[in-house]
Amino acid sequence: MSSRLINWFKFSSPATFYPLAGKIARVATAIAVVLLAIGLYMSFFVAPTDYKQGEGYRIIFIHVPAAWMSMFIYLVMAFWAAMGLVFNTRLSAMMAQALAPTGAIMTFIALWTGAFWGKPMWGAWWVWDARLTSELILFFLYIGFIALQGAISDARRADRAGAILLLVGVVNIPIIYYSVKWWNTLHQGASVSLRNGSSMSAIMLETMLVMTFAFWAYAIAVALYRVRVIILEREKDARWVSELPEMRP
Amino acid sequence: MKYDSLAEFFNMGGYALYVWGSFGVTALLMIAEPLMLRQRRRAVVQRIRRLVRLKSENPS
Repeated sequence: MSSRLINWFKFSSPATFYPLAGKIARVATAIAVVLLAIGLYMSFFVAPTDYKQGEGYRIIFIHVPAAWMSMFIYLVMAFWAAMGLVFNTRLSAMMAQALAPTGAIMTFIALWTGAFWGKPMWGAWWVWDARLTSELILFFLYIGFIALQGAISDARRADRAGAILLLVGVVNIPIIYYSVKWWNTLHQGASVSLRNGSSMSAIMLETMLVMTFAFWAYAIAVALYRVRVIILEREKDARWVSELPEMRP
Repeated sequence: MKYDSLAEFFNMGGYALYVWGSFGVTALLMIAEPLMLRQRRRAVVQRIRRLVRLKSENPS
């Protein structure tokens, strides 16, 4: 029994995690490329034309996955921030830092595609409705986190300040998620929910799920590649770094 | 095929600006991000290689 237990703290050492992250990132890249190809094909050639929005609705296949990822990545960052504060592991903060630009990009994509969807369907690029405004605040939280990390030169202090910012900002995530329920918004309610299932046709839902998993794999791949770079940047004087095969002249 | 011609595909039922504006910018970002990351990795690997060379040339 005890032989099946894994010492998770072993992986919190940058030296052990660096090669592991590389392996997982390579697998995730392959999955992302395959799923994106399938997902894009389904988005344009398999999913039917919507009876109300024509071809315009196809934006949903990137809008919803990006919006989900924008919230999910933030929660994962907050999780790593909490782990870093509790266990004082260096790698936790590096993970949070590695996820931030990808989270910001996902949030930007959600906002951008939302504007390009809102214009033809609502007649406005932007409205100050609860869903849109809280998602914009999420974007500022990502930017604020990145700026804060960059502004504090001492890495450990930057980690701690960033972690606190992330944990305080978590309150925004349920606000985004439930905004369409709590307030009367122009943004439509959830098409897919845990309790009520889906109000979309099966093939549209499947396409959206394939795209969601593709975005997921993409985010995992990019974040792990980035955490490897961050590890190198922070540990550049460590002996194990200088002994890596890629550092041989 | 769902679309009768390539032109019809690009027209997206009149929503061309909005559909391609969304997918285009998303694609751009998801291509740019890994490329910028590769630049960043190259920079740090180069710096560490220089450090390793310096250390091997003058061992203290």
